[in-house]
Amino acid sequence: MKYEYWMACIRGVSSQKKIRLRESMTTAEAVYYIEETRLKSFEFLNEQDRNKILQAKKQGDPGEDYEKMCEKGIRFIPYFSKEYPEKLKEIPDCPYAVYVKGCLPDALSRTAAIIGARRCTPYGEKYAVDFAHALAKHGIEIISGMARGVDGMGHRGALLAGGRTFAVLGCGVDVCYPREHIGLYVDILEQGGGILSEQPPGTAPLPQNFPARNRIISGLSDAVLVMEAGKKSGSLITVDMALEQGRDVYALPGPVNSTLSDGCNHLIRQGAGVLLSPGALLEEWGTEESVRACDGKKEGKNEKMLETAEKLVYSCLGLYPKNVDQVVRETKLCIKEVLELLVSLELQGYIREISKNYYVVSRS
Amino acid sequence: MSFSMILSAAIDGLKVEFIHAEADVSNGLPVFHMVGYLASEVKEAGERVRTAIRNSGFEYPAKRTVINLSPATIRKRGASFDLPIAAAILTSLGQIPPGSMRNCLMIGELSLNGHVRKVPGILPVVMEAAEKGITRCIVPKENEAEGRLVSGIEVTGVKSLRETVAFLRDGAIPGEERQTGKERKTRKRDDGSDMMNEGGESVTEELPDFSELQGQENVRRAAEIAVAGGHNLLMIGPPGSGKSMTAKRIAGILPPLDRRESMEITKIYSVLGLIDESAPLICRRPFREVHHTATKAALIGGGIVPRPGEISLAHGGVLFLDELTEFKKSVLEVMRQPLEERSIQITRTYGNYRFPADFMLVAAMNPCPCGCYPDLERCTCTPAQIQAYLGKISRPFLDRIDLCTETARVEYRDLTDTRQQEDSARIRERVCKVREIQAERYRGTDIAGNAALKSGDLKRYCYLGAEENRLLERAFDIMNLTARAYHKVIRTARTIADLDGEERIREGHLKEALSYRMADGKYWRR
Repeated sequence: MKYEYWMACIRGVSSQKKIRLRESMTTAEAVYYIEETRLKSFEFLNEQDRNKILQAKKQGDPGEDYEKMCEKGIRFIPYFSKEYPEKLKEIPDCPYAVYVKGCLPDALSRTAAIIGARRCTPYGEKYAVDFAHALAKHGIEIISGMARGVDGMGHRGALLAGGRTFAVLGCGVDVCYPREHIGLYVDILEQGGGILSEQPPGTAPLPQNFPARNRIISGLSDAVLVMEAGKKSGSLITVDMALEQGRDVYALPGPVNSTLSDGCNHLIRQGAGVLLSPGALLEEWGTEESVRACDGKKEGKNEKMLETAEKLVYSCLGLYPKNVDQVVRETKLCIKEVLELLVSLELQGYIREISKNYYVVSRS
Repeated sequence: MSFSMILSAAIDGLKVEFIHAEADVSNGLPVFHMVGYLASEVKEAGERVRTAIRNSGFEYPAKRTVINLSPATIRKRGASFDLPIAAAILTSLGQIPPGSMRNCLMIGELSLNGHVRKVPGILPVVMEAAEKGITRCIVPKENEAEGRLVSGIEVTGVKSLRETVAFLRDGAIPGEERQTGKERKTRKRDDGSDMMNEGGESVTEELPDFSELQGQENVRRAAEIAVAGGHNLLMIGPPGSGKSMTAKRIAGILPPLDRRESMEITKIYSVLGLIDESAPLICRRPFREVHHTATKAALIGGGIVPRPGEISLAHGGVLFLDELTEFKKSVLEVMRQPLEERSIQITRTYGNYRFPADFMLVAAMNPCPCGCYPDLERCTCTPAQIQAYLGKISRPFLDRIDLCTETARVEYRDLTDTRQQEDSARIRERVCKVREIQAERYRGTDIAGNAALKSGDLKRYCYLGAEENRLLERAFDIMNLTARAYHKVIRTARTIADLDGEERIREGHLKEALSYRMADGKYWRR
């Protein structure tokens, strides 16, 4: 296995070339001890590739690093391993190996990726959580990138439902990026999910690694759900790859004036699936048994007893943050009353303050 | 008579030290010696004094002159000893009758032609003199009005050394009619109160008024509560949303000063030489705006012999820190002690100095580096940037701010709104009422107002019923309040209840107070 690890660690040679080389040599060990003349006989390797391979041989014993990695509880799964996810094998340009902390997605269960912008609105956040929650409840495993914004919320939603969720990182699996998601990182592992990456452990979160990890996110998933994406969002790269890999793409419609939903709305126009509710999606996928229960729960929510004045204030809030002054203007109540009502709604859990004096209705 | 002594005074921090200027003129080599632990500007006094004496038409004989400023343990600084030194020499020379200087304090700087120039620190000196039973003070003419704010002591302003000598010889300044002590006293009283009225009224008119501020209900209300209870206030908002505008208008709703407070504030300004000659008494609460490039010493006071800084200049009034996040972190941290203790202690090798610093802090800042957060359509900052930006202000510093509010972006309809907004005079009336309620409640204790309530006092002055306690308990859990935040909410609620004229704090008051809590976990710790 240490020779496989050595091969995976060679930088500057593409995964596809490594796989072909490995196939023609039958074992990784043979590749390690290959002679230079033999190496020259492979036409798909150019001068540069050969040099890189020969250089890598000089870097000491590969076994040492491999053992260190195993001690850290990181699993190494090369392309030729039985464990290597079938879904990933299907995609063109699949990675030579993946590093895993925790588990790999179950080969038999359905998987969905929930992706979106890092800078997202409470609207995107809410639905990322809602969809992830509902899908995870039905045993669908959620794949995402553990980035800020939608990604993190997707994982969170799945965890709330007690489901398994998998994060594909652009850095080493032992590096938590962004740092504030350390709580999420731990929770994902605790609930039987996994952290995946094609980068060797210890790799820093370099920007060039991120577009590449997107192909793994979509590759591992049966469907890709875009929650919120601007026109130039990185999520659209994932969508392109998903289409290339033949995955289904769904997008959450957003307000037409919101630049942060531009990308989603465009996808819908180009024929992506429209996400209307988790229930509708589950129905489409044929897991409709408890669909009604899922949608039905939502209905009773606002029926709770609220005083009329509270209702007035509540009704003027939405998923987009609204400032106290705007509420005052719309309700024509005096500032004192509005502040009181907002606090009492917040205490009852109907709304939440997302920034000083900016309120949104809270998710269930 | 070759030896003579004249009483003068020096300022050390805010304290007054009496200094005796002694002169001895005797036969011997014509030298001029000055002794008594003098700073270089005091040593130079010798040249000024001798020239001034000659230029005032007195004869200065070629004799040995020794000047001593005692006690020799105190470092003497400044030019205010010129006049007493000159007077002591002239007394030694027989130009001034020796008895005329009994129980008289003298202070002033001389120019080479014998004119007396103004000096800082007259008010504390005269106050201290009156307390020590000294009956007369001779001060520069320009400082006369300032000195006369003190009752029970005769203050005479002189323009030149000649006048001083004439006054000491004849008891009157030539060209001015002679007044008895009694007349002087009554005139003085009139002067004082007149100045107060004149000053008070003419000044309020120039202040910016709250009626010019359109919309911003939220900030208005927060400002009113903050001023009424003396709470510190933090305003967060995008650029151009009226943070500075509001802060400047806060000056106009501050309650008036009483005579004792006025004198205390004037004393500080006097030491720094910031007194306006025509209206020496400060009868408006100070409003000090400090630029964010300010150094530690400028803010809290400093120097080899410390001088009061901006926080002491804001004593009794408002200290406004605009662009709070731009301040150096170390500069903000030094303000923690004065915010807690309402005075600042500065320690130097020369000794300890304590300056009063009982001010209301008003601070303003943007929510993020670009200023647009939480409007994500406009904001271009990354969470890490916002975090770093807000991280510049430490938790302990925020803990000392009771009210936090947000100013919204001004919208077009606000600009064109023609509705008459409430003016400052009305708000000020309510504020004054609440301050009276507080004065009544805390009579006989050392609590200055609601903002000064310590956690121990809260139980006594802020009774909460079962309902209210339940509400706070829920809020404590749901909103993740800290113990400090909990106390802040109760203090603020106390003021809100006072504004309503209610002795008991009700649920509504607490709810409103909760809405002004620091945006914990929103801006800070997301």
